[in-house]
Amino acid sequence: MPKIKTHRAAPSLDMTPMVDLAFLLVTFFMLISQFQPEEVVTVTTPSSTSQIKIPESNVITLTVDKGGRVFFGVDGKNTKAELLDKMAAKYNVTFSEQERAKFANLPSFGVPITQLKSLLALPKEQLKKANQPGVPMDSLNNELGNWVHQTRMANPQTVIAIKGDEGADVPTIKKVIKTLQDYKVNRFNLITSQEGGPSSI
Amino acid sequence: MAEIQAKDSGGKGGKPKAKKHSTKIDMTPMVDLGFLLLTFFVMTTTLAKPQTMEINMPVKAKDQEEQSQLKASNALTILMGENNKVFWYAGLPDAPAAPGVQVTDYSANGIRKVLLARRSNKDLMVLIKPMEKGTYKNMVDILDEMNITGIGKYAIIDVDPRDEELVKKVQ
Repeated sequence: MPKIKTHRAAPSLDMTPMVDLAFLLVTFFMLISQFQPEEVVTVTTPSSTSQIKIPESNVITLTVDKGGRVFFGVDGKNTKAELLDKMAAKYNVTFSEQERAKFANLPSFGVPITQLKSLLALPKEQLKKANQPGVPMDSLNNELGNWVHQTRMANPQTVIAIKGDEGADVPTIKKVIKTLQDYKVNRFNLITSQEGGPSSI
Repeated sequence: MAEIQAKDSGGKGGKPKAKKHSTKIDMTPMVDLGFLLLTFFVMTTTLAKPQTMEINMPVKAKDQEEQSQLKASNALTILMGENNKVFWYAGLPDAPAAPGVQVTDYSANGIRKVLLARRSNKDLMVLIKPMEKGTYKNMVDILDEMNITGIGKYAIIDVDPRDEELVKKVQ
């Protein structure tokens, strides 16, 4: 029996379809990806079976961490600029053009308004490490309520979301809710992470 | 195809080129780069947006007359205590209906059974009272149970001093 001669194919491979696919995916992910905004504090949200997604824009996020500190954050540069002007007028603090620009880039903060100036003066690297005591929300000096109120004045479409840590204590959360209710906000969202629902109840 | 057909017709008067180089391009570095970027974007992108639970708090009633009275037979109170304990009783805090204040937990056989057993009552109103020592997670858990069991009428309210007394007795 004669030996069958195997035809040797050239070892080079046409990679064009693979490249096409790779770049297609790159383009896809580039377009849909939104970078996670830097968080001042990391909170672990409790899980729930809720399927409702949070809206993409116009969200006020009130972050409550384990230590009972409250951080205020809102998206939208225009909203933030207008908000800072309003709050500055209310509390008689003046902000320079530079500080206003910096505030517009700040995802969230947790300082009383009197300390906001010194927080904005910090360089970017130190901003993360800065010790932020949380936005005050005592009944005498309820800055949190004012922040929320003025944001809603600046942009009436905003939705309010509370992002609480699993270990956040009930009195703080209640205080936040009470503050919101005092400013006639009776509808808000609690941010949770996903959890599979029970298969049967 | 990777091979590019070399065209003879150029700008220089259709003069044929003297030397023909190989027109094959080694695409490996490009592929490397492509997949590197792909990996980067896959890793950094946040596809899963966080879930939310919508809560509607009742508008504060201006006076007592506006508040509707709750019938004792329709009330179910859930108290969230420390160490993931749940206390519950039916009826009003003055006189909890039998079997009095009960202790349970957040598992599927815990508070969910209690809720499911009472789900048929269309007028059921669940009063959720988070106690000082509880955590936010407990609060979300209970709200989630409402979602799961499909009970639409519930409210988060402050703990009554009478409730604290009741819980103390059980503990």
